[in-house]
Amino acid sequence: MADHTIDHNTLPPNPEKATLEGRNKFMGFWFFLGGETVLFASLFGTYLGLRGGTVDGPGPSELFHLPFVFLMTMILLTSSLTSVFAIISMKRGNYKGLLAWMTVTVLLGVAFLGLEIYEFVEYVDHGLGFTTSAFGSAFYTLVGTHGAHVAFGIAWITTLIIRYRKSGLTLTNAPKFYTAVLYWHFIDVVWVFIFSIVYLMGIGG
Amino acid sequence: MAQHGMDPSAPLTGEPSKKTKRKLARELRTQIISFILMIFLTSLAFVSIASDAIPASFALPFILLLAVIQVILQLYVFMHLNERGNGWPNAMIWSGVLIAIPTVAALMLLLGVVKW
Repeated sequence: MADHTIDHNTLPPNPEKATLEGRNKFMGFWFFLGGETVLFASLFGTYLGLRGGTVDGPGPSELFHLPFVFLMTMILLTSSLTSVFAIISMKRGNYKGLLAWMTVTVLLGVAFLGLEIYEFVEYVDHGLGFTTSAFGSAFYTLVGTHGAHVAFGIAWITTLIIRYRKSGLTLTNAPKFYTAVLYWHFIDVVWVFIFSIVYLMGIGG
Repeated sequence: MAQHGMDPSAPLTGEPSKKTKRKLARELRTQIISFILMIFLTSLAFVSIASDAIPASFALPFILLLAVIQVILQLYVFMHLNERGNGWPNAMIWSGVLIAIPTVAALMLLLGVVKW
């Protein structure tokens, strides 16, 4: 660290670790993600235990529609890539690029959330309510918790964009954008297991 | 490290060094390649279930394997866990995974899934 000179006018190569406060928050955020992993593990375990309990309600193979889930997956995966572009823009010192790619990420997130709400409404119309069966409760809790995380991510990134729309790139806001993007990638990590375990296993197993 | 007396809210308008720019170009290429891989893995998982090309007994471990590969890519490439100096973040997330696996297994057993 000591062998290169510090340019006071340029963002350091690893802004999330450039200040003591940033380093602490960065590590704390990963601690939080470790905890989130366990939270989702408990919901996945519950779902896997209860998914056969459909009683008189509709089951996974009657409800799930693979092309629709594939579309949702592609939207979320692409939003993960646009948030990568945002961080690359930031590290290049292109603040406008950062804000633009973050906005694209939020819009894709909103599209994903819209599709998920549409999906839930559709399932309720097909007779699967939250209290219809053990499968229904476990499904809505697991996928709904993920959806709530998407909603929180959208609110978080939108807040950052509005708060820092005019400030330019600073040592204060760069780690904040970096952390928000880490959270956004984590949402995609969870979704990979949801589409595999809930939807694909629901159709194929 | 931030230098003493540096204003953290001062706009940083400087260009990154040539070396950093080259590193970023390389990083971007790696990210795009892993994105294409993720699209491929996802499509493979959906096709293997939708087409019945793979017997059901093999399809489940297969899609789980694809999911694990994709998540490793997401964590190590998109979330930079592969970078040097990220030992603690690695420790945090893997501790989470270490607890997560018995959590899933125990819940399934408790709820009566004894046959897979």
